[in-house]
Amino acid sequence: MSLLELSRVTKSFGAIHALQGVDLRIAAGEAVGLMGDNGAGKSTLMKIIAGNFPPTSGAIRIEGKDVHFHRPIDARHHGIEIVYQDLALCDNLTAAGNVFLGRELKKSVGPFKILDYKAMYQRAGELFGELKSETRPRDLVKQMSGGQRQAVAIARTRLSDPKLVLMDEPTAAISVRQVKEVLALIKRMKDTGHAVILVSHRMPDVFDVCDRVAVLRRGTKVADRRIKDTSPEEVTGLITGAIEHAL
Amino acid sequence: MSSTGQTTSQQISPTDAADPVDHAAIDDSITSRQEMTGLQAMIRTQPFWVMMAIIAIGIVMMFVSDVFMTERNMYNVSRNFAFFGIMALGMGAVICTGGIDLSVGSLMGLTGIVAGLVMQAGYGIELGFIACIGSAALVGLINGVLIAYVRLAPFVVTLGSLAMARSIAMVISNNKMVYEFGPDQDLFEWIGGQSVLGIPNPVWVLAILTIVFWLVWRYTIWGRWVIAIGGNAKAAKLAGIPVERVVVSVYMLSASMAGLAAFLMVGWFGSVTNALGLTYELNVIAATVIGGANLMGGVVYAFGAPIGAALMELIRNSLLLAGIDALWQQFFVGLFLVLAVLLEQVRNRGRVD
Repeated sequence: MSLLELSRVTKSFGAIHALQGVDLRIAAGEAVGLMGDNGAGKSTLMKIIAGNFPPTSGAIRIEGKDVHFHRPIDARHHGIEIVYQDLALCDNLTAAGNVFLGRELKKSVGPFKILDYKAMYQRAGELFGELKSETRPRDLVKQMSGGQRQAVAIARTRLSDPKLVLMDEPTAAISVRQVKEVLALIKRMKDTGHAVILVSHRMPDVFDVCDRVAVLRRGTKVADRRIKDTSPEEVTGLITGAIEHAL
Repeated sequence: MSSTGQTTSQQISPTDAADPVDHAAIDDSITSRQEMTGLQAMIRTQPFWVMMAIIAIGIVMMFVSDVFMTERNMYNVSRNFAFFGIMALGMGAVICTGGIDLSVGSLMGLTGIVAGLVMQAGYGIELGFIACIGSAALVGLINGVLIAYVRLAPFVVTLGSLAMARSIAMVISNNKMVYEFGPDQDLFEWIGGQSVLGIPNPVWVLAILTIVFWLVWRYTIWGRWVIAIGGNAKAAKLAGIPVERVVVSVYMLSASMAGLAAFLMVGWFGSVTNALGLTYELNVIAATVIGGANLMGGVVYAFGAPIGAALMELIRNSLLLAGIDALWQQFFVGLFLVLAVLLEQVRNRGRVD
């Protein structure tokens, strides 16, 4: 049974058909690369999985059960966490502050519930440790490198021990050295049994960490190949349309 | 705000240039960077430097004027800035979210009149207080809803309330002064105008509220959320924070602080006209910014409010005592405002990157 299964998912915005009958399956511990040119429907598919809006038609199943997302929080309740492209971090808070944003740990002092900094720093430190990241819980996000910011965004998704982590262009705006860090983070998530969907424009990244690659073109899935059965050349051809189909 | 620190601009993770990573060097740089002490953290804040300026002005004034350090003068100075400090605490919350509240001055007029009329009608001070804060919170609620849910610009919404609140104050007061405050007149005038242990009551109120606000910013979820919204409202929203409700609460808080300041000020004056608080919004915003608030949002210091307000009053008082023409007052207040913003810029430039 797949962890996440999309079947015949379509999405229309008025006369524009952003997605037309897309099927996608993903198993636990699997990383799937989602590729396609701009406007191919990647973001729309992401947003449907993330719960930003429901599909026009088609079904989403998690562990075999039909689910309906209306808001991002619904997806989160079903074990789907998202790492946004712009990372959605508050620069003025610490790494730990961002990890726990919206789910702050509290402790009781008399009749009051106050923020439990010690517990948050400690837990955040553990999460960074698990990710083998050098990010320090007390540092301000403002002062961090792109790789460290990614680590913060990823550590945040692990708070709830999600089933699936959706990553939108995690390596788009960072240096070569930091890309390695981020890819290592993704591998670590696979090792711990988390499924990952990686939306990326960067072919080497997808071929490095993903088990499968799905290619979208003009709202349709034109390929769904195991990485070892395909090549960057073939995927490029599929993205641009030089190769019609390879399912 | 919990100011966090980092002492070196050196990043732990080496960037592209460093091909074989020198792990020993990284470890060194990690261990050599220690947690900042409380003092170090404090020195990095704007309120600290403004406090230094206050002390410097104070020392100079001790030589310039015999009157300056007298108990009487200190009493007046502290009482005068207490009202602005109280409002600056609320304004700090609004500015922290990246908003602005221009209506606080007019709100003083409105709520002062409301409190006066209720007590003039023979009701007790409790009801007068509730009516005062309640009417303020109501205007704050309207401001907040228009800003958070209807998504109008805070500047425009509160500029509108500035005009409307003042107008309503004129209408309900029928443009007359109120100086009869019913059965609790003595208590009312004592609260605003007298002192305990030699310290004016409004100053006590400011001191207690400053501590409360400090605790709120540092230890409460709500405080944390306000700061997060100022940092990145979109991120806060995605993290599941009820951004709209928090923004509404912030405007209600700012308005309530204006109501409280009016309540104390009317008690001190012993009378109220609908002109109470006219143009005070500018002083409050200036005090808040001098106290370290950043108009872009995301920064708030509880202690910045009284310190910023104190500096402004000190400038006024010093010029007066030094015998400088009163017409220069606004010039120096404006000068310090610009200097404060400049100081913040310079400090930030040193820290980022």
